[in-house]
Amino acid sequence: MTAATRPVGRPAPTPAILRQGLRVIWTGIRQQRGIFAIAVVGSVLWAAATVGTAWAIGYVTEHEVTPAVEAGEFTAGGLWTIFLVLFAVLVVNMTGVVLRRVAASIAGFNLQASYRQRVTRQYLRLPLSWHHAHPSGQLLSNAHADIEAAWQVFNPLPMAIGVLVMLVIAGGQMIAVDPFLALIGFLVFPGLFAANLVFQRFMAPRITAAQQLRAEVAEVAHESFEAGMLVKAMGREQEETERFGKVTNDLRDSLIDVGRTRGVFEPVIEAIPVLGTLAVLAVGTARVSSGDLTAADVVEVAYLFSILAFPVRALGWVLAEIPRSVIGFRRVDSVLQATGSMQYGEGRLPRTGPARSLSRQVSYAYADPGERAVLGADQPEAAVEATGPQRAMAIRNVTLDVPAGTTTALVGPTGSGKSTLTNLVLRLVDPDSGSVSLDGIDLRSVRKGEVPAVGTLVAQQTFMFDDAVRDNVTLGADLPDASVWDALRTARADGFVSAMPGALDAVIGERGGNLSGGQRQRIALARAIVRKPRLLVLDDATSAVDPAIEQDILGGLRESSDGMTVLVVAYRMATIQLADHIVYLEQGQVVDQGSHDELLGRCQGYGDLVNAYAREAAERAAVAADEEPTR
Amino acid sequence: MSTATRTTAPDDERGAASSEIGGSHDLSTWETLKRGFALSPELLKGLWVTVLLALFATIGKVLIPFVVQQATDHGILAEGGPDVGFVVTAVLIAGGAIIFTSIAQYAVNIRLFRAAESGLATLRLKAFRHIHDLSVLTQSTERRGALVARVTNDVDTISMFVQFGGIMLLVSTAQVLVATILMAVYSPILAGVVYLCVVPLVVLITKFQPMLARAYGAVRVRVGDLLGAVSESIVGAVTIRAYGVEDRTQGRIDAAIENHRVAAIRAQIRSVMAFVSGQAFGGITTAIVLVVGTVLATDGRMTLGQLLAFLFLVNLFTQPVQQATEIFNELQNAVAGWRRVIGVIDTPADVSDPGEGGLRLPRGPITVDFEGVSFAYPGGDRVLQDVDLTFDPQSRIAIVGETGSGKTTLAKLLTRLMDPSEGRVLIDGVDLRDVAFDSLRRRIIMVPQEGFLFDQSLLENIRFGRPDAADEDIELAMTELGLDAWLATLPLGLATQVGQRGESLSAGERQLVAIARAYLADPDLLVLDEATSAVDPATEVRIQRALEGLTRGRTSVAIAHRLSTAEAADVVVVVDKGRIVEVGHHAELVGAGGVYTRMHASWAAQQR
Ligand SMILES: Nc1ncnc2c1ncn2[C@@H]1O[C@H](COP(=O)(O)OP(=O)(O)OP(=O)(O)O)[C@@H](O)[C@H]1O
Ligand SMILES: Nc1ncnc2c1ncn2[C@@H]1O[C@H](COP(=O)(O)OP(=O)(O)OP(=O)(O)O)[C@@H](O)[C@H]1O
Ligand SMILES: [Mg+2]
Ligand SMILES: [Mg+2]
Repeated sequence: MTAATRPVGRPAPTPAILRQGLRVIWTGIRQQRGIFAIAVVGSVLWAAATVGTAWAIGYVTEHEVTPAVEAGEFTAGGLWTIFLVLFAVLVVNMTGVVLRRVAASIAGFNLQASYRQRVTRQYLRLPLSWHHAHPSGQLLSNAHADIEAAWQVFNPLPMAIGVLVMLVIAGGQMIAVDPFLALIGFLVFPGLFAANLVFQRFMAPRITAAQQLRAEVAEVAHESFEAGMLVKAMGREQEETERFGKVTNDLRDSLIDVGRTRGVFEPVIEAIPVLGTLAVLAVGTARVSSGDLTAADVVEVAYLFSILAFPVRALGWVLAEIPRSVIGFRRVDSVLQATGSMQYGEGRLPRTGPARSLSRQVSYAYADPGERAVLGADQPEAAVEATGPQRAMAIRNVTLDVPAGTTTALVGPTGSGKSTLTNLVLRLVDPDSGSVSLDGIDLRSVRKGEVPAVGTLVAQQTFMFDDAVRDNVTLGADLPDASVWDALRTARADGFVSAMPGALDAVIGERGGNLSGGQRQRIALARAIVRKPRLLVLDDATSAVDPAIEQDILGGLRESSDGMTVLVVAYRMATIQLADHIVYLEQGQVVDQGSHDELLGRCQGYGDLVNAYAREAAERAAVAADEEPTR
Repeated sequence: MSTATRTTAPDDERGAASSEIGGSHDLSTWETLKRGFALSPELLKGLWVTVLLALFATIGKVLIPFVVQQATDHGILAEGGPDVGFVVTAVLIAGGAIIFTSIAQYAVNIRLFRAAESGLATLRLKAFRHIHDLSVLTQSTERRGALVARVTNDVDTISMFVQFGGIMLLVSTAQVLVATILMAVYSPILAGVVYLCVVPLVVLITKFQPMLARAYGAVRVRVGDLLGAVSESIVGAVTIRAYGVEDRTQGRIDAAIENHRVAAIRAQIRSVMAFVSGQAFGGITTAIVLVVGTVLATDGRMTLGQLLAFLFLVNLFTQPVQQATEIFNELQNAVAGWRRVIGVIDTPADVSDPGEGGLRLPRGPITVDFEGVSFAYPGGDRVLQDVDLTFDPQSRIAIVGETGSGKTTLAKLLTRLMDPSEGRVLIDGVDLRDVAFDSLRRRIIMVPQEGFLFDQSLLENIRFGRPDAADEDIELAMTELGLDAWLATLPLGLATQVGQRGESLSAGERQLVAIARAYLADPDLLVLDEATSAVDPATEVRIQRALEGLTRGRTSVAIAHRLSTAEAADVVVVVDKGRIVEVGHHAELVGAGGVYTRMHASWAAQQR
């Protein structure tokens, strides 16, 4: 999807942006009070020294240089005075600059870091359904580019505050000289403000589009690199490059558009103070002619203006950053404000003995994957209108009882809802209706971390961390190597792990890329086994393992599964036969349950499924026999 | 041959390192710039016009304070009362100059933005394309998130410099030259003094450059790490939640965030130091000029007026020099980004298209030969040893073997995702390395073990197999594969969005789509690497049947643990610990008492 087809949120009209911008800045300042104060002190020193430099040159010229030149001779003391006065001002100036810049950047990067922490915490907190609606690449961009955009404004900010200080000093001086002239001078500020309003009005939508496109560029890149192998295997490099080229070019055009707006704004902002100076000169001259003012007064005001002309640009920079800052912050904030994270109670689950899992009358429908949220769009995310028919319910009124200490097999055709049900049982998602409990305790009433401590899922899709084997098994739990090896042995992974250079310390690459598919799956199994869960859920967890090893693993599990309740999704007879009880699902509903023999006897779908291979083999044998030339 | 010091590596068996993605490239700043500009020719296009405009704008900026000063000195402070006419003229001139300057500045800004963004878009695109041209092994030497950083944030880092930095450097140089000439005219001695003051600054700045480069380089690396860590936490969302390891994951991300913060602040502090030295230079130069000037003036070698005028010139000189220190900071930042992008672009693609000389093979039945093929992953032991195999045209081959025995590796060599360490793979008698990619990918398609779907509709995902396929072709393919019944259960049919990585489908459904996609591509050789491992048996058998009927006339290679595939194949190839141990028909092998016999026994045991 491109920006054009997305409902990009139009930001509210401009004064709102400015106000929001100030609010963002204020939020940041409050969080970095101390450091920001240092930056402001630095900036004030700098501002004072900047005004002071002109004063110092004037001072030494008047008191040292001119007398010396007039006398035709100089003293060493006099020369030293010249040098030291200027040097002293310089030192103050440099100190100011160092304080201002270093502290400003520390404040800015602290804010970036703190918001990155918050945003990534939120990524980890928000439910899977939220993740489904937000492409990974966009989230990456949010954690980096949007946060950077939000806080970049802290670089010019202290300087602008210093400039404000200068303005106040200069303004006071001007008023003291001649209020009328000062008033003309101050007309500059409404001028700057008006220019800025116009600028913000044009800028805000453009920046919004640009940040969104930035995210989309990251999204396409992320997806395309994840698909690297497929792209290669199908020879689609060119098409992918074109796809990326399209968003890249959109981003380019959008940034040029931003640049065009900025390109107008900056010269205008620079011109306004100069125009002010000229106005002061013209009006001043007139007032001198009419005898209201002395020439020296006008010169002083004009001079005050001329030293301000350059630093006032710093104000312009801050103003120019504001739309970017607001949009970036808005995108970040929409993640921080996103709701729907799971609610937890205060309850606890028992820690010993096999657990009993009971799902009563649960139903679950996935959100329509067609709805994809745009970060920071105005409408609240939930209100994005559904674009088509909802997907059918994945689980409908299912009651699943897995008694403590037993093994239950979940069987059903592709897409029948088995994985969804396992996710419900371990509260990776909450049911739309019905309830799920462990040992009679509703999962919604227990603390965070309780369910994973009791029940463990080996997901259908294995996920490996870019880490050593040991860490992939323990996931940070404090477990002795001996238990890690035990678990690996049960998962029949000890052999290849010990053959790897470094054994437990061998690094397996991003997503476990250095391992074969079956090896990854066995490490994932060991990861679950090592926890000695009270409820073990295996979602087709041996699909990539060869039959011999699968037999071994299942045998090993049977031995070590005392004290464990097992729920296993399976197709193959060997696994099914481990089960005490079988539940057969079709299209999200329980069609039948019972023992293998019972089901074979009365459930056609079940029979078709589990006997498919045998029937196929028999048919082939028959065909082969038919083709036998001897017949 | 030299016999002197050639030591045979004891681990001859180990794989040679494939190329790794270059990180801190050791191009010098200058070389980086040269490469950078060469990669984005747009950056220099029409630059001279921009420079000219920028010079005009600068002249305007220098002119205005001058006019204002004239208006004050000779207008307001004119002897015998203010000269209103003079002031008005001056104000009008200055006003005109502002308008002129602003327009010129506007034109400069626009031109720079356009050139910069166009140039950077080209750079992004080149880097992106090259990443796809790298072999899968080279790609996997870096995290996806970090690769994304290379085409996004790293490129963004360059933009500041190419937008403003470069042109300001040119303009500043011009200003320095003008100021130098003027200073030399006014007072060669003082001009010499100014230049003496520059020397320590130049020394200092030169010293700072490599420090800055390292610091900014470190920031880029940290950004890559950060995005890598965040990406892992997003893609691994299910596992992280299922195991309740949010805290640990967060701990790692926090560490990456903190490393980035520290690196960024460190770089910033160094750049402030560089900037402050420029400032110190400006201040000290003014002080020294005033001191020396006073001495000269007391000697009568210059007037007080000349001295004060000279101070104005000093300012004209030091200001751009100070600005230059700032630009050098930005330059090093840009160079750090550039190095990372160039690092990718300069990484050799070790499995590459033979290019112009590449052979285009006619389509039709295909023969495959492995001749003495061995393979080792970089730095690892051999995982395939002396493989000799021939796949006859139009045959159905099943490859079976324990997990980790090397089946996927074999498939990757067959589809030239990797090149063998030794030996060769031939199709129709031609070494794969000599076949043009477009011809190769047309003829051989693999459905990888870990399928991938794009965040698009089913239709678009399937069309990935053949971009020019009409909707009807895709519907037909689904029907031929017997998937129309499944499609009918989806309210939106082919328009169903599959979600990121296909997460809105079940695992089995994802595999069905991957098969349909490959089937639509209609290759001469179809390689299925456990392509139906998550599909239920009934559907699997059905698909297998459909494929069998449809792939007659083609060669197909299927890797599977479910031996029903092997039972149906013309030839079964048994891989064991990287060697081919048995080749033959199921009927022959099942009774031969070898590896296959054992495997089949386990399989059969499962069916009872
Ligand atoms: N994130 C999602 N968004 C929308 N629909 C989904 C999502 N995940 C799964 N579905 C749909 O819900 C249904 C059940 O999916 P589920 O993954 O539970 O099936 P399954 O029984 O595990 O299948 P398989 O055997 O292929 O793994 C399927 O029709 C699938 O398309
Ligand atoms: N990218 C890699 N880097 C290093 N070693 C690898 C890499 N990929 C695979 N290996 C190793 O090579 C060996 C063969 O792996 P391969 O993927 O070919 O096995 P396989 O036969 O396909 O196994 P499975 O049935 O589990 O998919 C394994 O020992 C594996 O650890
Ligand atoms: Mg599933
Ligand atoms: Mg494999």
